[in-house]
Amino acid sequence: MNTKRDLYITEVALRDGSHAVAHQFTVEQVRNVARALDEANVPFIEVSHGDGLGGSSMQFGRSLFDEFELIEAAVDVCQQAKIAVLLLPGIGTQRELKKASELGAKMARIATHVTEADVSPQHIHLAKELGMETVGFLMMSHMATVEKLVAQAKLMESYGADTVYMVDSAGALLPHEVKERIHALRESLDVHVGFHGHNNLSLAMANTLAAIEEGATRIDGSIRCLGAGAGNTQTEVLVSVLDRMNIETGIDVFKMMDVAEDIVAPILQQAQEITRDSLVMGYAGVYSSFLLHAKRASDKFGVDARDILIELGRLKVVGGQEDMIVDVATDLVKKQKQAVIR
Amino acid sequence: MSKVKTAILGSGNIGTDLIFKLMRSDVLELTTVIGIDSKSDGLRRAKEMGLVAIDNGIKGFLERPELADIVMDATSAKAHVRHAKLLKEAGKQVLDLTPAARGPFVCPSVNLSDHLDAPNINMITCGGQATIPIVHAVNRVAPVEYAEIVATISSRSAGPGTRENIDEFTLTTANAIEQIGGAKRGKAIIILNPAEPPIMMRDTVYAEVAEGTMDEDKVAASIQEMVREVQSYVSGYRMRTEPIFDGNRVTVFLEVEGAGDYLPKYSGNLDIMTAAAVKVAEEFAKNQLAQREGVKQ
Repeated sequence: MNTKRDLYITEVALRDGSHAVAHQFTVEQVRNVARALDEANVPFIEVSHGDGLGGSSMQFGRSLFDEFELIEAAVDVCQQAKIAVLLLPGIGTQRELKKASELGAKMARIATHVTEADVSPQHIHLAKELGMETVGFLMMSHMATVEKLVAQAKLMESYGADTVYMVDSAGALLPHEVKERIHALRESLDVHVGFHGHNNLSLAMANTLAAIEEGATRIDGSIRCLGAGAGNTQTEVLVSVLDRMNIETGIDVFKMMDVAEDIVAPILQQAQEITRDSLVMGYAGVYSSFLLHAKRASDKFGVDARDILIELGRLKVVGGQEDMIVDVATDLVKKQKQAVIR
Repeated sequence: MSKVKTAILGSGNIGTDLIFKLMRSDVLELTTVIGIDSKSDGLRRAKEMGLVAIDNGIKGFLERPELADIVMDATSAKAHVRHAKLLKEAGKQVLDLTPAARGPFVCPSVNLSDHLDAPNINMITCGGQATIPIVHAVNRVAPVEYAEIVATISSRSAGPGTRENIDEFTLTTANAIEQIGGAKRGKAIIILNPAEPPIMMRDTVYAEVAEGTMDEDKVAASIQEMVREVQSYVSGYRMRTEPIFDGNRVTVFLEVEGAGDYLPKYSGNLDIMTAAAVKVAEEFAKNQLAQREGVKQ
């Protein structure tokens, strides 16, 4: 199929949404969603554990199904869409990337914290060697200055990435901050620039449009907001908005609406909305996948999830530090006890 | 007490930190620091301290092999492969602080006595030195089916070697969790945190024991005992909170504060490597001295 696309959308629900369902996606769910997205002409579909390949763990939560089974199922049902995988160096290794490629994944997204791009050269090189479309994914972009972000993006470009994404993992950036960052990246990079947002401050759509206005041509969305925290830019809404703006995504607007309503909505245990805790994550700049972990720690230790999240933001905790949630919760318990004694 | 002559190979951060630690040893006599850059801080300090400072690398040392019986290699994995061969031929006992791993993995509080005569041993990784003792402490009470460790270190104390080859850290550590820690399956995760001021090294150990074998009191006591054992050679090693039990799982939160010898205190990840290596070298020295005594009698 030869589709004209002004920009390329990657549907992340089957990876980022893994956080929202505590990594309990089934092979059947992945098969149904991927097939429907493929029929709606979505160009890229990301499938992995929420924390990327190798993420199934006690630290992040175990997958119900081996992610390689999920990747294989998605590859199997797609006619035109390419399957993408996420990999965070330090969590996943080149072994898993090779395996994903053997199973038919065609895009590798190598993610690091916004200041740590230099842990990614091995994985970016390997992805290129494997003939995969290769993306550098700079997470928690709100935590670095524009200059730092640009320097790190240039590193990923120098390793061979075809695209570098600015990732607002905490959903903390405001539209003018997104504009400034994407503008700076466009000025300095020769490769494609992408944007991945979270809706914790209800700004995912506004931020995405700001990014597109500044020249981002690779955009992430999660259908029905099925992503970590309050979810990402809602894909079916985004393609409808872009259609109204005469920006061609190549995706069938009505089919996307149906996929969201008929196939994805029933998977959600509850509708994605901006709850107090997800709002706090955007407000305090906390990694969106901490949401369910913070709720569990709140239940287990009897401390307020908001207090935990605010403290995590103050400590400048980065993605992957889920163990700090319990650590902070136990500290808060100690402080409460001391307060009572006084 | 007589001492065993020791040389440090590599005059970078790790090598220089080793100088400070070896100067305090009762059984190791630091005689020599070997580097390839005469202007490096390590070689400059060695000269100031009246030590032999060799600036043409392993070649220079092999011309004067009488300078040391124990060599601690803090260069790089690539260089160590060559050093290992040459030093073996020269009959030196070698501690490898690089990821090269030509010899067996050693964690002093777990398996040092098995390798006292080994010509070459490897110090695993910083995350391994911090967490494998805990996996072993659980495993000696209740068989560990699965152990997972998360090492979080400050960005500033992760050098270019670690960064370029981060898979080496995760795979080597996971391997050693199984081989030395005793877990049936091991997994390792490393996270770099750029916060300023830099954070101290933190390690979390998750262990899952065979169904029906968890004895919380015994496991907690075994962990406590092990923490004291590690503290005997890494003074800044501690639990942040009591072990947390949940069915057949136990979670242990650790923190490693560096001694602040040459490296800053937040670099607990580097300090635990140098401190553990000195512990191993001291036991090597005692063993060598005992053998010499034996020969005399």
